[in-house]
Amino acid sequence: MSNCIQNRYDFVLLFDVQDGNPNGDPDAGNLPRVDAETGKGLVTDVCLKRKVRNYVGLKHGEKPPYEIYVKEKAVLTNQQEKAYIALGLDPKGKDGKRKGGDDVDKARDWMCRNFFDIRTFGAVMGLKEANCGQVRGPVQITFARSVDPVVTLEHSITRMAVATEAEAEKQDGDNRTMGRKFTVPYGLYVAHGFVSASLAGQTGFSEGDLSLLWESLNNMFEHDRSAARGMMATRKLVVFKHESNMGNAPAHVLFDRVQAELKDGVTAPRSFADYDISVNSDNLPSGVTILEV
Amino acid sequence: MKNFCLEVWGDFACFTRPEMKVERVSYDVITPSSARAIFEAILWKPAIRWHVRRIEVLAPIKWINVRRNEVGAVISERNVKTAMNQGKGNLGLNIEEERQQRASLFLRDVKYRIHAAFEMTDKAGDGDTSVKFSEMFERRASKGQCFNQPYLGCREFSANFKLVNPKEETAPSISECRDLGWMLYDLDYGDPKDPKPLFFRAELKNGVIEVPAFDSEEVRG
Repeated sequence: MSNCIQNRYDFVLLFDVQDGNPNGDPDAGNLPRVDAETGKGLVTDVCLKRKVRNYVGLKHGEKPPYEIYVKEKAVLTNQQEKAYIALGLDPKGKDGKRKGGDDVDKARDWMCRNFFDIRTFGAVMGLKEANCGQVRGPVQITFARSVDPVVTLEHSITRMAVATEAEAEKQDGDNRTMGRKFTVPYGLYVAHGFVSASLAGQTGFSEGDLSLLWESLNNMFEHDRSAARGMMATRKLVVFKHESNMGNAPAHVLFDRVQAELKDGVTAPRSFADYDISVNSDNLPSGVTILEV
Repeated sequence: MKNFCLEVWGDFACFTRPEMKVERVSYDVITPSSARAIFEAILWKPAIRWHVRRIEVLAPIKWINVRRNEVGAVISERNVKTAMNQGKGNLGLNIEEERQQRASLFLRDVKYRIHAAFEMTDKAGDGDTSVKFSEMFERRASKGQCFNQPYLGCREFSANFKLVNPKEETAPSISECRDLGWMLYDLDYGDPKDPKPLFFRAELKNGVIEVPAFDSEEVRG
């Protein structure tokens, strides 16, 4: 696959939430995820990947080559049958000479070509043939952590209606129920990510896919509004581009160049303006450039 | 064989115990197979095979519990082939229908110093010498280069790494002794269709695990 990216990239994603729940914890009755030891908020990698998938699905109507494998119903614009890009399949595969192994590879390549999320994040296919049916995607994202500890607020809310007749009778027609909702008043979160050029070569992840990835990271929260999320936004995406496909510097050294600090005198951050963000671009290791996309 | 030493660290890690992999529970420390994968993420060719010799635990063993929504299905190869041949079909998964909630017990704030060496395999070509790969590895590791970012058990737990000069003064390992019980050593890929797990009795002595050789008696299938 010729159009694959040739450079390694590492990126820092800063996003924030205001009066919302960025990622509920199913273990804790949907409270925002919090690292109990430090009080810092967490957002899982899969949560962010879900939003990238949704954005790309929305933008391209889930049509190949930007089909999305792991779908969420809310964004389903599903025509039951889709025509896939014609492949010009090699009929030789059918003559029985090269069964098995070859076909798995072909099926995997074909999935990579049609599905953006498989090309990007990888997928597990047909586990039966031990170890040969997997795709490791080039893009790897870590848990996001908040810069400072977050507090979780619990709000009791009322609904002026009930769901069933029985409930209405029990309340003598008062018809009110109460619910709870949890928010983080404010949290600035940092996630780290990696794009491996070597793995991109294996799935056909192209320059076009890369810009679509940056675009989706920047815009994913704009299309993920809901009652639970409050105000969420990507604040900054700093991309370190390595000249070499293997990379020119350790990722952690580059990540340390992006710092978010509370401004003097602020004790309880409530907006992005309470933070100073600095990207140190002095004396970059040779072969590394910073892109702010 | 030349010994190489890497310091690796990260916020989280999960070296899943094979007997508890539905709701993942991590081993207390990194397994030799996971450690090997870190070296391989930096440099691997069919001509070489990495052997982990020793694992030093540099940070106290701490835990965190995380529950996530996960997908409970794998892509069926047959469906893919049908769609390929017909040029149409419906292959996506609806996450609402295939959802599983799984709790996991991860390690947090881990740091290890791992010693490993590679040996040449019979796949080595004429130009392949151990000097060539040694230099390649040193060059890559000291510059932070890698094939893909190494990780601590699962890909979401990326690992930072640093090549350590063995002569350099280094941070001490934790002063803890613990019998870690039977632990996964690695998978034996002798028969690629059916990899066999191998185990060894791991013992933490003053924060250090000596890893037996692949073919030694301490490693059992």
